[in-house]
Amino acid sequence: KPARAWSAVRSLSASSISSSAAEVNLLLLVFMAVIGSASPDAATGANETLRRPSGHSLDDSHHPRNSSEHRKAFPVLAFNYEHVSKPFVISLWILLALLMKLGFHLIPRVSHIVPESCLLIFVGLLVGGIIKAMDQTPPVLDTKLFFLYLLPPIILDAGYFLPIRPFTENMGTILVFAVVGTLWNAFFIGGMMFAVCQIEAAQVGHVDLLSCLLFGSIISAVDPVAVLAVFEEIHINELLHILVFGESLLNDAVTVVLYHLFEEFAHEGTVTVGDALLGVVSFFVVSVGGVMVGFIYGVLGAFTSRFTSHSRVIEPLFVFLYSYMAYLSAEVFHLSGIMSLIACGVIMRPYVEANISHKSYTTIKYFLKMWSSVSETLIFIFLGVSTVEGPHNWNWIFVIFTLILCLLSRVLGVVGLTFIINKFRIIKLTKKDQFIVAYGGLRGAIAFSLGFLLTDTEKKDMFLTAIITVIFFTVFVQGMTIRPLVELLAVKKKKESKASINEEIHTQFLDHLLTGIEDICGHYGHHHWKDKLNRFNRKYVKKWLIAGDRSSEPQLISFYNKMEMKEAMMLVESGSAAKLPSLASAASLQNAQQRAPPKQRAIPSISKTREQEIRKILRANLQKTRQRLRSYSRHDLFSDPFEDSMSEIRFRKQRVQMERRMSHYLTVPANRQETPSARKVWFEPEHKVYTYDESESPRDGAALETLPDTVSLLSESPQRPGQSSRLRKRGDTEPSANAPDSQEEPQKLSRCFSDPGPKEEEEEGEG
Amino acid sequence: MGAAPTRIGQQDPELVERTGFSPEQINNLHKRFLQLSGNKDTISRENLNDIPALAYNPIKSQIIEAFFDKRNQHDSEVGSLEEITFQQFLMVMSHFRPPTLEMTAEEKEAMRKEKLRFLFNMHDTDGDGKITLEEYRKVVEELLSSGSIEQESAKEITDAAMLEVASTNVPHMGPEDFYEGITFEHFEQILKGLEMESRMHIRFLDTATVHCGKS
Repeated sequence: KPARAWSAVRSLSASSISSSAAEVNLLLLVFMAVIGSASPDAATGANETLRRPSGHSLDDSHHPRNSSEHRKAFPVLAFNYEHVSKPFVISLWILLALLMKLGFHLIPRVSHIVPESCLLIFVGLLVGGIIKAMDQTPPVLDTKLFFLYLLPPIILDAGYFLPIRPFTENMGTILVFAVVGTLWNAFFIGGMMFAVCQIEAAQVGHVDLLSCLLFGSIISAVDPVAVLAVFEEIHINELLHILVFGESLLNDAVTVVLYHLFEEFAHEGTVTVGDALLGVVSFFVVSVGGVMVGFIYGVLGAFTSRFTSHSRVIEPLFVFLYSYMAYLSAEVFHLSGIMSLIACGVIMRPYVEANISHKSYTTIKYFLKMWSSVSETLIFIFLGVSTVEGPHNWNWIFVIFTLILCLLSRVLGVVGLTFIINKFRIIKLTKKDQFIVAYGGLRGAIAFSLGFLLTDTEKKDMFLTAIITVIFFTVFVQGMTIRPLVELLAVKKKKESKASINEEIHTQFLDHLLTGIEDICGHYGHHHWKDKLNRFNRKYVKKWLIAGDRSSEPQLISFYNKMEMKEAMMLVESGSAAKLPSLASAASLQNAQQRAPPKQRAIPSISKTREQEIRKILRANLQKTRQRLRSYSRHDLFSDPFEDSMSEIRFRKQRVQMERRMSHYLTVPANRQETPSARKVWFEPEHKVYTYDESESPRDGAALETLPDTVSLLSESPQRPGQSSRLRKRGDTEPSANAPDSQEEPQKLSRCFSDPGPKEEEEEGEG
Repeated sequence: MGAAPTRIGQQDPELVERTGFSPEQINNLHKRFLQLSGNKDTISRENLNDIPALAYNPIKSQIIEAFFDKRNQHDSEVGSLEEITFQQFLMVMSHFRPPTLEMTAEEKEAMRKEKLRFLFNMHDTDGDGKITLEEYRKVVEELLSSGSIEQESAKEITDAAMLEVASTNVPHMGPEDFYEGITFEHFEQILKGLEMESRMHIRFLDTATVHCGKS
């Protein structure tokens, strides 16, 4: 028996990863369905309707009975499920949903063709089906749950990392699409549906105009969650991405106003002109008000982050809480919560990032991604489950026409608006762009939740059915086909480029250049105002919201520092680096610390072989960078003789600067000197090597003598004073590069040090 | 404002041909030219220097120099002029036209080259066809509007930038090679990602506008 079981296990493990992943997924599905059905309805927030019968009887056993006939034994093991049922179920749902998601990515072929959102909805359908088959009530996507808990993380994630430059450059276009486009959609669909409802055959004559308009306003808005889910996987160019995505974010204000307007009046039955005017005013109040609320919280958040230098651990919490408060505060007044959240994130980000530590920045980034990922997964699964749950009122004509009209109105809207917009845009939108914008108008869970909020049950079911159909169509059909279409139409993809200091320099240069040309031309254009805003920002705002002397740091320098930091971290990570910093500190401490004697405490002792390993790695990395630097910089950087003698002072100053930056970025308190200096030494090679080169100039042999430590440090034989002295000697007396040496690689390096190239410098060194 | 000919666009179709502006745009620019020059036929450096809005611009001198640089006139001369006429003013401005919808890919490529050449000429002040470390450093210093503290950062940044150019364009340099300066080809290569033709442009007014004094 055991042998057979063992062979069964072996055969299972022998099967390919993909098939076993599929089996695992299936098992998880069934498991989830069972638990989901058997456990209470946590998602609706309703109290548990299905109590486990065993819970009751065991309750008694918890109460200690002092007086009774026969004393019960003390219960060693008890079962009390309802005590934890709510959090238990919630956690279980989330866990199983994420395991599903994990499973998908193990099946490579499927996840390549089908976007994740489709798979998740499908899973939701299956789970709903299984639960229903067991005659239980599955949990439904509760509106409160959706709007208060599931939606904000996604929006915050999107808003915080919104690419500002393309967003502001295309703001006009985005606003036109969002406002005018959504209005057009709502009225067109609503009006046409009313006409459709008049058809006798549909038997929906009871639906009046206002209800149709309400329906139109619900279904017309492009959904940010769906757009994000699909567009993230196809990597189209920045312009199109920001157009569709920006539209989906900013149309929230329009949706909110229209929805409330029509819902109010759907009961009354009529709308007067005064009401319509009030609606327009309300739109401005909702959108501008939402932005103002977000702005206030954003400034508060930025200001708070200025003082967090002593309690770095809670920094990310400030970002999250201020943003969430912005959202909730806006919702209190029926303002646009989404716009408030976006505004808060956008305002807060540049100042907060200048103030917080690097670790907090990473934390914020990963928490936001994590939360938004969980939210998205849950939303799609619940969408699937709610679909199965019903209640449905399928009316062929209504649903089919809704679908057709949605597509039609989207296409007409985009084409028409682009025609107008292109008159004002400098970079016009091509037909391909228009197609992608139109095709990317996906509907999603927001439409569903708004529909769910409707109170009139008779039409609600029919509306919900139609909404779900449209959502399914857009997510499945459009979501799946957009990737091959993008390939087919050869739409420009996003270029994956790493941060380049040259591009940054020239971006800023261009900004100033274009502003200057505009000034010469004499009209106040886009650049002029941007420049004014930047100057205002630098002069006043930064001083208030950024701590310390970073408030006056020019943008180019912060960019450069960030880049340096990133590269240094990558270097550390790539070179089997976990132990390296501390060990490099051992290397550096002995040599570079004449200037700071207290640092010689607490040197960890390392074995010789380890040292060799480290040195080899260091050497290899340095060699690469050294070669590149040598190639260009040798002669030019020696141009200033004054610099050679100044180099030592500069070296000292740079180290101090570096330490300050280290402690700032990496939350290492400034008084712990060992590790910062270690990291600093490690980083130095990438960018500072050439400064050492300058000091090594044979033109000034004296400089070499005063810096024996730095020389030996760079030659990576810090523990061997013999070696360093040899180098020193060579620098003084033997500029020729042909002296044989036992170690090949340091020889090459030292040759670089002492071999000047042109003859005259050699002579100088000798003399 | 004197009685200057305002219909210069119609009078000189060759201008439209050479610079690519529409007649209305040329008229507007001519009005501005007269405003700047005090109704004379040529503009000197002082005229441009006097524009108040330019005072805050960190690269003001480079911009002004670019107008007087012969290389931007699409002749093959080098050196700089003392004063420029309206035609030359227009030639320089034509570098900032946006691409139109009807342009082919080759035309866009040519436009991008032209704009990059303009930028290159702005950096390469001595005209030897290469941007050396010194010249680049000056650019960065101007951008940082440096006090003395920033000079070192400018050096670091410039060095890192040159390193990037060198390593991208000449990846297999031996230890003995020397990278002299950024040539135009390398410059193009390093700024390939910026899509210059879509970024380096300003909006030229098509309709007739009224300028109130020197704005």
